[in-house]
Amino acid sequence: MNGKVIVELKEIRKEFPGVVALDQVNMKIREGSVHALAGENGAGKSTLMKILSGTYTNYGGEVLIDGKTVHMKSEKEAFANGISIVAQELNYVAELTIAENMYIGREPKKGKYFVDVKKRLKDCQALLDMMGLDYNPNEKMGHLSVAQRQMIEILKSLSRNARVIIMDEPTSALTSKEAEILFRKIKELKQKGIAFVFISHRLNELFEICDEYTVLRDGKWIASGAIKDTDQDHLISMMVGRAIEDIYPPLPPHTDQTVFAVENLSSAGVFEDISFEIHAGEIFGFAGMMGAGRSEVARSIFGMDSYDTGKIFIDGQEKKFHSIRDAIRGSVAMITEDRGAYGFVGVRSIEDNIALPNLDFLVTNGWLRHEEIEKRSKDIFDKLRIKAPGIETAVGTLSGGNQQKVVLAKWLVRNVRLLILDEPTRGIDVGAKQEIYNLITELSKQGIAILLISSDMPEVLSMSHRIAVVARGKIAGILSHEEATQDKVMKMIVEAN
Amino acid sequence: MKENKRSAAVFYRKYGIALILVILFVASALVNHNFLKPRNLINILTQISVVTIIACGEEMLIVSGLIDLSAGLICTGSMCFAAGVLVNTGSVLLAILTGLGFGALCGWINGFLVTYFKLQAFIATLAMTNIVKGAVQLYTNGQAISGVDKIEWLGHYKVAGAIPLPVVIMLASVVVIAILMKHTSLGLLIYSIGGNEKATIASGINTNRTKRIIFTLSSLLTGLAGVVLLGRLVAGMPSVGEGYEFDAITAVVVGGTSFLGGIGSVTGALIGSIIVGLINNILNLLHVSTQYQLIVKGVLIAGAVIIDTMTKEDKKGM
Repeated sequence: MNGKVIVELKEIRKEFPGVVALDQVNMKIREGSVHALAGENGAGKSTLMKILSGTYTNYGGEVLIDGKTVHMKSEKEAFANGISIVAQELNYVAELTIAENMYIGREPKKGKYFVDVKKRLKDCQALLDMMGLDYNPNEKMGHLSVAQRQMIEILKSLSRNARVIIMDEPTSALTSKEAEILFRKIKELKQKGIAFVFISHRLNELFEICDEYTVLRDGKWIASGAIKDTDQDHLISMMVGRAIEDIYPPLPPHTDQTVFAVENLSSAGVFEDISFEIHAGEIFGFAGMMGAGRSEVARSIFGMDSYDTGKIFIDGQEKKFHSIRDAIRGSVAMITEDRGAYGFVGVRSIEDNIALPNLDFLVTNGWLRHEEIEKRSKDIFDKLRIKAPGIETAVGTLSGGNQQKVVLAKWLVRNVRLLILDEPTRGIDVGAKQEIYNLITELSKQGIAILLISSDMPEVLSMSHRIAVVARGKIAGILSHEEATQDKVMKMIVEAN
Repeated sequence: MKENKRSAAVFYRKYGIALILVILFVASALVNHNFLKPRNLINILTQISVVTIIACGEEMLIVSGLIDLSAGLICTGSMCFAAGVLVNTGSVLLAILTGLGFGALCGWINGFLVTYFKLQAFIATLAMTNIVKGAVQLYTNGQAISGVDKIEWLGHYKVAGAIPLPVVIMLASVVVIAILMKHTSLGLLIYSIGGNEKATIASGINTNRTKRIIFTLSSLLTGLAGVVLLGRLVAGMPSVGEGYEFDAITAVVVGGTSFLGGIGSVTGALIGSIIVGLINNILNLLHVSTQYQLIVKGVLIAGAVIIDTMTKEDKKGM
């Protein structure tokens, strides 16, 4: 651990009314080093970074930059001190161009009032060239992919002469290939002396890219050190405060009885010739990159999108679902990838959310069967161990993991034959992930066929009996649990492309 | 400080409006000795009856994330067309059915524009406002339609010799919609669509169909308000009714319903309506001019929404 210390956080304490969010937290950020900030949701990572980036100005302890105590009173002041944050939810104006976004609010001026459009374009181009990116600076931000927008955010930081760039969950919306490009760029910038703080739920990434780590738990500093001196299990045990052997439960055996099958499913320009079957109790994984057509296949099966040709079978009977309603009545359920948008109604109670897709049997002649709804909700609430004051709690106030449990609960009160899970653990912390995995295996034991779509490679490899590699809208091949490795999957993707 | 703000907002959601009503009531009784007279109290309720019936429909729409700007003119239209039918046929029943039917039809068209052509509810109902206004002017030539004495009972009959029929109809509407929103699947869908329409669709609900039902039902109530208004005025007046939609929306918002959808209750809207009516009444008794009454109403709306936003910000900050 060499490299000059740029920023030192000393005994930081932050209180919110009634809660101590941070207490006695220490962290040293070094030049040219990527520092992993690890901890479960609510451990205080974001709070700490908000202090460092000038958002929270009222705190105890000291922030030292280049050895001098500073107390930054705004984000602008943090920029001036070379600290910049790339938030999880990127801030940009979709209708403006790359160059316009890059210099928003600090446009180069011609005279006093006019924007120097030429200089802005030239400066932007220079930055793009420096990073070896071939984007057109006149392209609208809204036309870029998430990964490209992220690159622009990093460039924006660099254009402000950032020395420390904080990245909060930068890879959560990236495909593994995009993440690789991001990592390559981070490594290049490291050589130039830029320091990074890296926050990610994907622990394998921390080991891939980071040099040092700091672990927080319940607002307290737990440990810091070199990443090469630790391993995943050790890091997890520090994060959750107990040893976790393996977050993936062993896969239960499944039968040979085919529950679900698709034959030659095609949708012009989206996916082609998709055929596979899932047996009772089997977890069937869909690996591949974002945009490969995995979610689109699932959406077509679930009746959300239409398809051109092909057949869908459930328990040997051919089914045609014209709507989501048809699919639900046909015993299919789907947990969509964008939990906030499609998963639940945030302002309504757990009970209401559970009733919503099950009105077919929770309503008689238009009247809600309150007792039945309450009974079923309570049962599933207890069974899934949802952490909330009660079934009348609004779902939007729960943590990501518990929200996901409510989404699962919605479907588990009915008799489901095929359960589609699209990115079921995205943005969920380790402890809750493990619970979701246990639930998935629990469900498979009941003889349900499960289709698991995930961009988290270790997850899809560990949690699936068989894995279909999807690339460019086609199944490139199907691997068994035993033969599937990350290398093999990547190779199949690359060959298909 | 944030904590205080938060609990204050939560408290307001739960009991606040009822509390404000009680405070206003006591204050009014203290400043003016005429206020507590039964005739005055019944008068307040009678005056708010038409707008509150419209507010019942508006409540369902706003909770669903929709709105109806055409409610005021649909009310006018129902009143005038019902009056015309009564004059021409002499049948009160036919007149009432015409009023209700006209309302329901306009509502269905609003719903169709919103669900089929994907117009914003704001735009679709704004268009409807102009269409109905033109139609009413054409039909009435801008003149009041008189000769409808046969329907006077609808606006003036006193139940049990004391309570005017419009008040009873208003309370019945509130009760019916309250039960509908709380105990039926349509009610659950109203809250769900307003809370998160995409998630409701992903739960297998045909939200377009539901929205058309909500629009139709809402305007059916507006049509009912129109015929009650006809009974009260004993004439079809093409110039009355415009602006009622905003009074109804005021009642809904003051009653604690979130404009972002998913939260609110029709009893809240009733209380909101009574608060507005009460303030107008006490200012009248104190001989405060209508100009000031408008200003007070404006402050009231802004205040209610400020509290609403405070609750929202808190959720985001968590």
